[in-house]
Amino acid sequence: MGFGALYLLACSGAIVELWRRYRPDGPEGISRRDEAFLRGYLLVMAGLTWLTVLTGAYVIYPWYRAVPPPGTADLAGFPQRLLLSSPATIDWHSIGMEWKEHVAWLAPISITMACAVVFKYGRHLRSQPHLRNVVLCFLLASFLAAGIAAFFGAMLNKNAPVVGGRVIQIVTEGR
Amino acid sequence: MPAHNATSPAATPNGFGAAAVLGAGIGSVALAVMAIAADRVPALGRVLDFYQPTGPLSGVTTMGLAIWLIAWVCLHYRWRNRNVALGSIAATALILLVLGMLLTFPPVADLF
Repeated sequence: MGFGALYLLACSGAIVELWRRYRPDGPEGISRRDEAFLRGYLLVMAGLTWLTVLTGAYVIYPWYRAVPPPGTADLAGFPQRLLLSSPATIDWHSIGMEWKEHVAWLAPISITMACAVVFKYGRHLRSQPHLRNVVLCFLLASFLAAGIAAFFGAMLNKNAPVVGGRVIQIVTEGR
Repeated sequence: MPAHNATSPAATPNGFGAAAVLGAGIGSVALAVMAIAADRVPALGRVLDFYQPTGPLSGVTTMGLAIWLIAWVCLHYRWRNRNVALGSIAATALILLVLGMLLTFPPVADLF
């Protein structure tokens, strides 16, 4: 969640900087230092998104979908089952979590692509308006995807907090 | 995707960028399609259960990312030293991106 929040902050900055620097009537004489800074900035952002989705999928999500032992009455430590146990909260899982767990992956795909394009073209993006615009659109989409994931992450945590722990009871249904 | 040989105003051919952009579009939609397929076909869901604690999501995302990277690499080798029709490629990539976002939204995914 922390990585995701950092990404949202960084993404808004990257969108503004990309638009400002590489628009056709943008500032003259972009220095090498400026360009190196933006490249480093995007590289850190890409790293943040990969950290976010990988820790989300492989550390937090197993806790979220942990299965309680038979007969467990208190579902507090089993967020998915807690949400599914009440009609009032079931949509937090069936819409919120189901959307979040997939849409979040569009952010690292988009930012990695943007990072590669900026590394390759740098200031030449100014003379490639289609490329600049489509990269900006992908960055906006990654901001939206990260925002959706962050919103539902916060709401899910409010309704059924992921506590974590050392032991994960894995789903064994249908095996 | 059609390519043209017109000279770009930029010194660097736009093929690298076009491959990256279209690859990302393909990756976005591939991820969404894999998620729907794993949900609709239980046998596929079980096959994609690469890491049990995470469940089918592990395989869905791994395969989606693999498709993205393969598409990117293939397009890159095809276009890296050329100028291509970036307008139509960018439009295609954006359509795929929007489609990918829409298809991850459960009420839309449930239509299939």
